[in-house]
Amino acid sequence: MKAPLLVEKFLLLIVVLLGMTVITFFVARVIPADPAHLAAGVDATPEQVETMRRELGLDRPLPVQFWNYMKGLARGDLGRSLATRRPVIDDLKLFFPATLELAGLAIVVYVLAGIPMGVIAAVARGRAADVLVRIFSVAAMGVPPFALGLLLQLIFSRWLGWFPLEGRLHTGIAPPPAMTGLYTVDSLLAQDWVTLKSSLIHLVLPVATLALGRLAVAARFTRTSLLEVLSKDYVRTARAKGLAKWVVIFRHALPNALIPVVTVIGIQIGYLLGGTVLVEIVFSWPGLGRYAVQSIFNFDFTSVIGVTLVIATGFVLTNIGVDAMYRVLDPRQRI
Amino acid sequence: MATVDVTRSALPLTPTRSLTLRVIWQRYGRLLFGGMILLPFVLFAIFPGIFSPYDPLKISVRDTYAQPSLRHPFGTDELGRDVFTRVVYGARVSLTAAVLTILAASAAGVFLGVIAGYWGGWTDRIITSVGDMVLSFPSLILAMAVAAALGPGLSHSMMAVAAVWWPVYSRLMRGLALHLKHEGYVEAARAAGGRSLYIIRRHVFPNSLSALNVRISLDIGLAVQVLASLGFIGLGASPPTPEWGAMVSWGRTYFLTYWWIGIFPALAIILVVIGTSLLGDALNDLWNPVLGAS
Repeated sequence: MKAPLLVEKFLLLIVVLLGMTVITFFVARVIPADPAHLAAGVDATPEQVETMRRELGLDRPLPVQFWNYMKGLARGDLGRSLATRRPVIDDLKLFFPATLELAGLAIVVYVLAGIPMGVIAAVARGRAADVLVRIFSVAAMGVPPFALGLLLQLIFSRWLGWFPLEGRLHTGIAPPPAMTGLYTVDSLLAQDWVTLKSSLIHLVLPVATLALGRLAVAARFTRTSLLEVLSKDYVRTARAKGLAKWVVIFRHALPNALIPVVTVIGIQIGYLLGGTVLVEIVFSWPGLGRYAVQSIFNFDFTSVIGVTLVIATGFVLTNIGVDAMYRVLDPRQRI
Repeated sequence: MATVDVTRSALPLTPTRSLTLRVIWQRYGRLLFGGMILLPFVLFAIFPGIFSPYDPLKISVRDTYAQPSLRHPFGTDELGRDVFTRVVYGARVSLTAAVLTILAASAAGVFLGVIAGYWGGWTDRIITSVGDMVLSFPSLILAMAVAAALGPGLSHSMMAVAAVWWPVYSRLMRGLALHLKHEGYVEAARAAGGRSLYIIRRHVFPNSLSALNVRISLDIGLAVQVLASLGFIGLGASPPTPEWGAMVSWGRTYFLTYWWIGIFPALAIILVVIGTSLLGDALNDLWNPVLGAS
């Protein structure tokens, strides 16, 4: 990857984050509810509310508040949550691993299942497997994660009893000693197989819910892109000189076909991050999304800005990653 | 899809296309199927009273938590209201909200897009970069933040969704305007002394309609989904409005014992989204073969 481009991308990251902070900050300050009142408690006297307002700095003019917030941000201080009364950054550290575990695994599943499905559909074009994949992809594409999650809960948890309904671990099982915060990794490191099994089985339904819709998009794009490449002259040449069909597909066609797919996957990861919020609520998954929604209802906008910043960073970073991948896959981009 | 048609004809060893049943099915199957899925919901939305004798809002303490049966095909909820009736009336709420939201977003986006694309310059740069900024962020989360700031309520969540959706249209319209501006007939109209507003109304806008229509038809299903998501989080319609997302959210509370309260509105959302995506996909190929390929 060329250096100037990387720099440009990181500048973009900073601009997006600044923009998001500005938007969320001012949106948060125009809300009709009074955060000071909420922070001071329901039965606080007007004096107590005023004290709280001074304490939170909410009595200052808006630009001053913003300047103070940005000064804190430059030091890595995201302010204090009004609801949990803890520094927002500590809350984020607490909830982030759960989201990372869920979303990360969903991305892995979605890529590892979606691309092969697309390849199968393209190779079996017009036959049953292709039709099945296409029906599946149109059907699964726009289905909202919360509705799908509820459906999966009903079938696989309530009726069949195969998977637990919600949460990260069975009741009675203590979380593994925190190293990464990812329960699967931590229990593996502690060689605690019972906990590992419990955390894995809790991941199945939420990961499936999150990955399914996106998987359809990946399958569909892989199919279209691979079909297009398969019609190219060089593919015919490779076949004509006697190479086996699968060699041509995997060595010659697929790498080229994946170039546009990678871009789509990058965009999809953004949607996946948005979907996490809904899936976390459905499965009572103690991650960032649930924290954000709870914060919204507490009018705790310092926390909301914190979560938005984390998600925006993740979003832009994946885009940078995708760009780098793009360059690896497509040699023409390196010139 | 249109791309597939192209590759198909370019590939050796495949027979050339003729208008067989198979081709007709490929071309119109999705249209038909999507239409068949959507039709009942559209009818629900227009004539809800025909489909159910019950009142979607009337509380009946005697009939709470009734299992699905002939009298109540989808059961009743915690307040004894017929879930089927609420799903039927919910079609009106959810579909109307989605259509209005997309109309507002597209109107704003088209307006800004024409300004940006036709006149260019600083206004273009400002509109484009603000739009790109909004688009560079997961839309649901941004909509959540805006809806939260406005406070719960269906109209507020609609405004929030429109506020994060307009850049989709401004970007599309800007591209179309930029392209059409240099078409021969537009230049001829300008040379003949046509003023900008006249040219936009007479040439640019009519020639953009088919692309805009495709986008709108694809987006309505998405809007149903996003609005339902906000409703599910608790930022949409407030009780007792029969909005699907909110119904799923309330139904979830009773999920373990009375599963039918939440599952049927969830199924309604899933079906509508599938129907619109089939229909939008088909319309995309029919109206817009070139854009559809991209």
